Amino acid sequence: MSGHDDLPKLLGDCVHCGFCLPTCPTYVLWGEEMDSPRGRIHLMQQHAEGAPMSAPMVKHFDACLGCMACVTACPSGVQYDRLIEMTRAQVEDEHPRPLRDRAVREAIFRLFPYRRRLRALRGPLRAYQRTGLDRLVRRTGVLERVSPSLAAMERLAPPLGRAPRLPERVAARGERRATVAMLTGCVQGEFFPEVNAATARVLALEGCDVLIPKGQGCCGALSVHSGRAEEGRAFARRTIEAFESADVVVVNAAGCGSAMKEYRTLLADDPSWARRAGAVSGKTRDLAEFLLELGPRAARRPLPVTVAYHDACHLSHAQGVRAQPRALLSGIPELTVREVADPDICCGSAGTYNVLNPGTAAELGDRKAGNVAATGAELLVAANPGCTMQIATALRRRGTPIAVAHTAEVLDASLRGLGPDALLGRAW
Amino acid sequence: MRMLSELEDGEGMDSVLRTLARDLDVLLGGDRVITDPVRLRTYECDGLTNHRATPGIVVLPDSAEQVAGVVRECVRAGVPYVARGSGTGLSGGALPRTDGVLIVTSRMRRILEIDIPNQRAVVEPGVINLDVTRAVRADGYYFAPDPSSQQICSVGGNVAENSGGAHCLKYGFTAHHVLACEVVTPDGEIVELAADGPGYDLLGVFVGAEGTLGITTKITVRLTRVPQTVQTLLAAFESIEAGGRAVSAIIGAGVVPAAIEMMDALSIEAAEAAVNCAYPPGAGAVLIVELDGPEPEVAAQFADVERLCRDAGAFEIRIAADDAERALIWKGRKSAFAAVGRISPAYIVQDGVIPRTALPQVLARIDALSAESGVRVANVFHAGDGNLHPLVLFDDAEPGAAERAEEVSGAILDLCIEHGGSITGEHGVGVDKARYMPRMFTEADLDTMQMVRCGFDPGGLCNPGKVFPTPRLCGEVPGVRKGPHPFEGKADLF
Repeated sequence: MSGHDDLPKLLGDCVHCGFCLPTCPTYVLWGEEMDSPRGRIHLMQQHAEGAPMSAPMVKHFDACLGCMACVTACPSGVQYDRLIEMTRAQVEDEHPRPLRDRAVREAIFRLFPYRRRLRALRGPLRAYQRTGLDRLVRRTGVLERVSPSLAAMERLAPPLGRAPRLPERVAARGERRATVAMLTGCVQGEFFPEVNAATARVLALEGCDVLIPKGQGCCGALSVHSGRAEEGRAFARRTIEAFESADVVVVNAAGCGSAMKEYRTLLADDPSWARRAGAVSGKTRDLAEFLLELGPRAARRPLPVTVAYHDACHLSHAQGVRAQPRALLSGIPELTVREVADPDICCGSAGTYNVLNPGTAAELGDRKAGNVAATGAELLVAANPGCTMQIATALRRRGTPIAVAHTAEVLDASLRGLGPDALLGRAW
Repeated sequence: MRMLSELEDGEGMDSVLRTLARDLDVLLGGDRVITDPVRLRTYECDGLTNHRATPGIVVLPDSAEQVAGVVRECVRAGVPYVARGSGTGLSGGALPRTDGVLIVTSRMRRILEIDIPNQRAVVEPGVINLDVTRAVRADGYYFAPDPSSQQICSVGGNVAENSGGAHCLKYGFTAHHVLACEVVTPDGEIVELAADGPGYDLLGVFVGAEGTLGITTKITVRLTRVPQTVQTLLAAFESIEAGGRAVSAIIGAGVVPAAIEMMDALSIEAAEAAVNCAYPPGAGAVLIVELDGPEPEVAAQFADVERLCRDAGAFEIRIAADDAERALIWKGRKSAFAAVGRISPAYIVQDGVIPRTALPQVLARIDALSAESGVRVANVFHAGDGNLHPLVLFDDAEPGAAERAEEVSGAILDLCIEHGGSITGEHGVGVDKARYMPRMFTEADLDTMQMVRCGFDPGGLCNPGKVFPTPRLCGEVPGVRKGPHPFEGKADLF
């Protein structure tokens, strides 16, 4: 297993100061040591010293959202992200899960990383939403009884419209400043195709030739972050093959961008892939990061709208991208950016977390929704499809639905002079 | 139910604890009693990791009534108990008892009342220090005690340890900002101790008693007006001695800064590695001086401070232009302890006090100690009030290294005592420094303290084994005494 030898050393970095506690979503909810990063590291230490991977231990590891807020908070530089990834892999190896859990997990990992399967789901899902069957099902609570995870998935599904297909190449407008390759993602691509379309348009309007490699599949983020390391590495190798010829890889989904930047460590022990993985990691940029480095050229038209910007954990904590999206949004005339209270605390989406732990995720979603609503903003902007679905669902649940958009869509609306209605008319 | 199965799993638990766990489960219900050994072990230490003890039982109460109920059950079963907040203490004050109950207040974290006109707030003990400030900042107030761990340490823990921080030079310790405490006494009664009544200042006795006189369940804190102006500078010196001269000059000039903090080269190196605070390169010491108050006063004094720093040999002075720059200057200092983890596998955070004027001699002696023993020592101090925080670095994987570090650490305390100082400025005695108490106090001093303790806790079940070197039962308090102990049964009067 990659990097397992490092585990004792990585554990030793923790000095038990507790600075991570207030940023940990589960500690915020429950106030228990073993559901804090410091406590989980202690559990990992116990396991490293020979304690079996017991059910209580697994429960606390499973409860971790992997949001990485603790990594940001840690003054001692503990690489909790790597620790929890290795630990999750150990859990999968050593801990037999109940049949029902296994079934749900299998279903998730056989569905989400595969765009064709997601696409097959789109038709029935759209029909389900358009016939009003969704409201009936929710009223009866039948799904909740069959499987809370299934019910969570159903609640989170965004309203689906038509899905425009992107060409393999979108030409720069005006003089070309860069050539970039774009990852379209699985969930982003199938459930939020308009975000990808907006991303490609913005990049083109800013003078980039945009390449959309056909062979691309899942980047492996969901698998890697869930302890399915081998599966994740296989996805990573395919993605590397699809993107290694590009100068820059632009990613608009926080989770995917973070996973691609981690390829370097993921494949470090694989001699035939380590260098290639490092190269792709080195040229991966989040969209906002890239656009700010490139500098604005296209004219921004006024967009009189008040937005609440949400920090996706895999953007802020994992990639350190906080200022860039705010700078891009603030650069739009007449647009006001409001800060959401407790920006460091995860919304509860966390990859597959809200499907596997719907109760905890809903509590965190409700907290986040309350903070978003308190800003009084008309539009919620986030750069991760999971967060968007999670927070929009929570806002709807509390009876204060709000329009949602990706940073790319807001920029797109400004560059094309569409006006606020293009964004606000789409409340969930 | 998780708890029932945990109880059934609790093999190896002694029968007293097992029975007690069942009673506590009935009392608290839900998920509030922990007996699973794996979970229990995560509570085995606080911020000081070289003392560890897995608690017999952990409880997570929600209310004062529940805390009182737990204490009464413990008294009934004759089982010792220890209170713990966020677990960030640096003297092992919340070190659990393997034969006892750890009462964790981390779920009691409601801010119950904010009374801006009267400048006070009422909070539960698990409320995080910085959250008090966050709640009142918009009204122009803050909670003044600012330990470096303020982002996570609890107000209850601050009360127990009488915590200070960088700004206690001007604003005082926690004791100066607590107006009243609701306390569960060691016999399980809920009483109120207030600062403003006539009679003995029992609140004064309680604050800083390190959890040995009862458990606070509600704290009325004073809120301090945010000063009109804050000015912060960072001065870089070639040596600690030069920095020390600046400190003496500033205080000697009659300036009372909100804070004067000093860091030496090694602690700067650690902070740089952790938070990129970008302190001036090549500095042998940096001094952070912060002045606050009315604008004209601050402006006039700040000019003096700048001049005094230059006179003492500062080769670079940076003045924070705004709150963001101020935060960056402070970030290096506030992360220093944990940041040392970047340059050393393990370390001891020492806490001692010396008269400010003895700073140069003591620092030279620490240097010599370090050179003789080959043990590296990083220095961080609240220079204004002579509170030293030497960080003694060692590699815990190297045989004998911990012992050598411990020796150096103890020798530093001896230096403090020798120079008329104290073995702790703000981290408390806890379990870590109990053995140094006799170096600082006479037998008679310790006996007197013990009598106070027995007055509150005649049964000796409330955080026993802390503060005093040799735990004694109350009956053993020396002095000729006939009949019952003079304080016996009167704890409820407090």
